[in-house]
Amino acid sequence: MSVLEMKGITKSFGSVKVLESVDLRLESGEVLALLGENGAGKSTLMKILTGVYSADAGEIRLDGQPVSIHQIQDSRALGIEIMHQELSLFQNLSIAENFLIGHEAAYRTGPGLIDYRKLHRDVAKALLRVGLQRPTSTPVSALGVGEQQLVEIARAIQSKVRFLIMDEPTAALTEVETARLFDLIRQLRADGVGIIYISHRMEELYQIADKVEILRDGKFIGTRSMAGADERELIRMMVGRDVDERYPRRDPVPGEMLLELKGLTTHRVRNIHLNVRAGEVVGLGGLMGSGRTEVARAIAGVDRIRGGEMRFRGQPRMFRSPGEASAAGVAFVTEDRKREGLILSFSVRENLALPTLDQRKRGGLVHRARERAFANDMVHRLRIKVANAEQAVGSLSGGNQQKVVLGKWLAHNPDLLILDEPTRGVDVGAKQEIYQLINEMKAEGKGILMISSDLPELLGMCDRVYVMYQGTTQGEVKGESLNEEDFMTLATGGEL
Amino acid sequence: MANVLRRYHLGPLIGFLLLFIILSIVSPQFLTFGNLRNVALQMSVNTLLAVGMTFVILTSGIDLSVGSTLALSSAIAAGLMVGHTPIWLAVVIALVVGLLAGLLNGIFIAYARLAPFIVTLGTMTLFRGMTEIYTQGTPIFNIPTGFSWLGTAQLAGIPVPVILTVLILVAAWIILHRSIPGRRIYAVGGNEQVAYLAGVRVKKYLLLVYMVSGVLAAVAGLVLTSRLGSAEPTAGTGYELDAITAVVLGGTSLFGGEGTLVGTLIGAAILGVIDNGLNILNVNSFWQDAVRGAIILLAILLDRKKVTR
Repeated sequence: MSVLEMKGITKSFGSVKVLESVDLRLESGEVLALLGENGAGKSTLMKILTGVYSADAGEIRLDGQPVSIHQIQDSRALGIEIMHQELSLFQNLSIAENFLIGHEAAYRTGPGLIDYRKLHRDVAKALLRVGLQRPTSTPVSALGVGEQQLVEIARAIQSKVRFLIMDEPTAALTEVETARLFDLIRQLRADGVGIIYISHRMEELYQIADKVEILRDGKFIGTRSMAGADERELIRMMVGRDVDERYPRRDPVPGEMLLELKGLTTHRVRNIHLNVRAGEVVGLGGLMGSGRTEVARAIAGVDRIRGGEMRFRGQPRMFRSPGEASAAGVAFVTEDRKREGLILSFSVRENLALPTLDQRKRGGLVHRARERAFANDMVHRLRIKVANAEQAVGSLSGGNQQKVVLGKWLAHNPDLLILDEPTRGVDVGAKQEIYQLINEMKAEGKGILMISSDLPELLGMCDRVYVMYQGTTQGEVKGESLNEEDFMTLATGGEL
Repeated sequence: MANVLRRYHLGPLIGFLLLFIILSIVSPQFLTFGNLRNVALQMSVNTLLAVGMTFVILTSGIDLSVGSTLALSSAIAAGLMVGHTPIWLAVVIALVVGLLAGLLNGIFIAYARLAPFIVTLGTMTLFRGMTEIYTQGTPIFNIPTGFSWLGTAQLAGIPVPVILTVLILVAAWIILHRSIPGRRIYAVGGNEQVAYLAGVRVKKYLLLVYMVSGVLAAVAGLVLTSRLGSAEPTAGTGYELDAITAVVLGGTSLFGGEGTLVGTLIGAAILGVIDNGLNILNVNSFWQDAVRGAIILLAILLDRKKVTR
């Protein structure tokens, strides 16, 4: 039984104070949730605990004794391991080789020689512990995201881990994989490992955490016991104000039929049936890998349609490129901000302007004054938190980046908006603002097709939801059946 | 603007000014109008190539074939002129040859999705080979004297190649930094997938940048041939590396999406000043390459902060 404590941790970057006298206390055998909006200082605090950064003031104690952690090796030696939000595995190497990196010394048999037999034996043992049934020689690139997450965990706990930090471990996991991860966390807890768990998904914290600590603007706000903690109170502590409704759904005023898919088939999905009217928010759900994003890609002209029919505004249409789709009034807000949504070397203004460059031209030139005015207007309308629109988009928080992605498509004034995971990795405050935007667009009479892995969000924001199972639309939940049970029945291949 | 200057030009600019000041101090001949005019003239061919190379590198591509394109287009122009084709027509044909060379690169890169390095490595050899076939390995002399105007005449004391280079720089600057196609070129280089999803016709712009590079290689070839009065089958050998060096010295990222033409101009000027300085200081020609390489490494080191930013 040991206790890890951080006391009075203060850290500034330049003139910006990111942590101000923050405390943290973690006992072995407990799961502490760390809750806070993006930019609240959670990551910085964890980086100080693991030796990536050094604190300006404050101390870290282990069982009452001050310890000095100035580099990652220091925290490792104390048994503190971290699993990062972004996967940090080498895709081109095998599972076993990934375990080897950084631990070569333990497997050295001679100058430059590695005892691979021992390595594979140890790795197999570690994989067994996390319940991953894969040969240790499997290349990581052949694993699904969930399996890779398990490899990360197996790697983190193979050494004598006493404290484990998990930063949004479920962001990319399916329901089944999440359940397996939670089993594993409970097992680790029973083994006496202290766990710091960071997640934006409130529901998860109730399932897995014992205590919760809330940070806001780099300050320690409080801790609560998770059992019996009031969700509204936690959100208020985190956001600093009351949030009225988690999901502020507005009643739809369905208008003209915008999109109809009748048996649509691509190389990834088949026999898709769905429709979206103007003025409604239609959900597209299902387990990860069920083909939700692929449907969106087919509609938006990214993937080729091989069969079935697609009608847009009553006319048979198939878009051959995203450019064609957007010219027809379809906007596709992609899931992966960094890979598909934003050009990180561009400013906020340049990103916002990209899909609609032709709307502000003078000759073949960019009308600079109009573009600046447009960008400032968008920043204001979407309440994007930036010093000015010339700021590099990469320096924004996740929520604000997501607003920029939304903004560049709103500028296009589309009739149909496809939102793929619009709130992934976005904090509670920004989520609310994105929900408001969705409602505004709905009120303006736009049709919205929304994909989300966050089930409460999907059921809370959409008027009706199509559920996918193994590459096809299994059914639709609406009205009475717009609930988790019916959704999961369809999502796992059942019938209503 | 101050921000842009800080982000892209300060490192190269300091390097250039340092060189400039050092040379002004150690050699009395350096800081004279005649010598500086000479530097500008000497660097015009490389600057023309580097402008085209900037377009290509901004899309995270590379064009190794510009030296060979230069040789091929100028050899064809020279051959035609010797064969009594009107000068204007020979010039137009040379430009078309450059355009087609770029088009060929672009088709392989944009449509067949092959790596720019490999494609242009291949066409570099192909175009050089075609030049050797066309010239039968011997230089083409006896080019009509009317053609020498382009490379040797002066307007108001300024050499025509310098004026031409400045005009092309200005036009390219407007395209890259003020026009809609220019913004899209940056978008393609910044993140091809994002650009495509935003409706940018990525293939069209990839094709475009290689065509710009090809045409500018032909322009550079015409200038060089006009100055020398002959077209050599080995003309422009290694020039592609000088052009790439100028672009990179100017702070443009080889990963695409970041960089400016002003940076490229500064990069070309650094190379021009180095070459000129080594000559007027009478540095042993065996030593020149080594010194040049060392200075280039030093200049890149000066700019390192930006890379690790």
